Amino acid sequence: MTMRHLSHRQSVLWIAALVHRLSGLALAIFLPLHFLTLGLAIHGEAPLESFLRWSDQPLVRLAESGLVFLLLVHMLGGLRLLVIENLPWRDGQKELATIAAGLSAVIALILLARLF
Amino acid sequence: MRLRARSQRKVAKETTEVTTEGATKDSMSDTRSDLTVSLWRGAQQGRYESYKVPWRENQTVLDVVTFVQRHLDPTLSYRFACRVGMCGSCAMTVNGRPRWTCRTHVSSVVKDGRLKIAPLENLPIIKDLAADMRPFFDKWQRAKGAFVPARTRNDEIERIRPDGTARIAADAAIECINCGICYAACDTVRWNSNYLGPAALNRAWTLVNDVRDGANAERLQAVAASGGCHACHSHQSCQELCPQRLNPTASIAGLKRRTMWAYLKGEI
Amino acid sequence: MNVHLYVWQRLTAALMVPLVLVHVAVIFYATRKGMTAADILARTRGSIAWASFYGAFVVAVAIHAAIGVRNVLTEWSPLKDRSAGIFASAFGALLLLLGARAVVAVVLP
Repeated sequence: MTMRHLSHRQSVLWIAALVHRLSGLALAIFLPLHFLTLGLAIHGEAPLESFLRWSDQPLVRLAESGLVFLLLVHMLGGLRLLVIENLPWRDGQKELATIAAGLSAVIALILLARLF
Repeated sequence: MRLRARSQRKVAKETTEVTTEGATKDSMSDTRSDLTVSLWRGAQQGRYESYKVPWRENQTVLDVVTFVQRHLDPTLSYRFACRVGMCGSCAMTVNGRPRWTCRTHVSSVVKDGRLKIAPLENLPIIKDLAADMRPFFDKWQRAKGAFVPARTRNDEIERIRPDGTARIAADAAIECINCGICYAACDTVRWNSNYLGPAALNRAWTLVNDVRDGANAERLQAVAASGGCHACHSHQSCQELCPQRLNPTASIAGLKRRTMWAYLKGEI
Repeated sequence: MNVHLYVWQRLTAALMVPLVLVHVAVIFYATRKGMTAADILARTRGSIAWASFYGAFVVAVAIHAAIGVRNVLTEWSPLKDRSAGIFASAFGALLLLLGARAVVAVVLP
């Protein structure tokens, strides 16, 4: 039986959970690379400096803003869970979830703007 | 509405060709005449089959399924009992969402004159629209969802204040009739075969809050294990779709708190 | 996921909230000021404060990410609890190793 497209998957809260999971996976994949580039400093300033210059390129800057967005949206999604699990139940969560995602996007865009 | 339903059944008994006669009678003032209804036939392997059912003004999805079985295809298998929204037996997947078919008006779910009806998701299929509820009830037991008395008939009756915090929490979650809609809607159930599911955990929460119960140590162990309350990701499909307006997400959050403290205190 | 893993994941998450905010602020600051590698390393080298901050961050994220990855594996891959746990622990160990190396790289005088 192939009934994959159940309509409750259009719910904001379901999408919030999916974004939380996907952002976590993306960050998990990114982190080892991040640590490796920082580890370049072991060999002195020059390798790290040349990496920083390389990352001045617009596309890399865009990717960095994307990473900041992922980090913020993952953290805010996690905070959403901590609130549900530890504070008294509140309605209006859909609105809060949407605001959290919006806030992450705004901050990431500000960072992007400042980089150019 | 009750009068209307009675007269509809009377019409069905009197005539054999309800498809045409019923449609003509009712559709004189109604431009729509027929619904196109796809029903799942078979078991895990099967297919959707299409039927034409007269489209009436006050009609539930259960009416539609019943019509098919009584007038179009007697081999159709489906399940219902009270047909008034108290037993939960008639739950099916209607146009992608699990619902009580007896309390779902066709007008609120129909799309372009079409309905697509299948058995509840996340459960094995017995036949056609009837799902096998046994895994659902097995998990209920595994979550220790049964009351275990701490007193005997020779002891004094426990006094429970209805406005006590624990009792309020239990009462908010107690009206579950085991219809399986939350279980069918839950993606964590779909992805994690160990997961006890929203209904079983919701019931465990009511018992954790029942001061008369004597099995809370075992119950907390059961819901703190792999596949217990901690597997819940708070998607909240359960609380969005529960026809009794229960909130398993909140109950599960309560269990998470309770088990966390028990764990930190070394009790489990 | 069970109560043990849950507690560790939620605790590391809570710990990382202030760490993330400080880290993002630091990145903003550094890019705004157009700091070079030399500038950055001048501040981090020999600093107990930065060592503790990023050291704690690395430990917390290794635990948190490993448990998260384990959850995703048990739900979205054919792996079951035990194999998912092994894979996730290996991933956590990798993060710990690379992270500690990175902290040492920027903090060692």
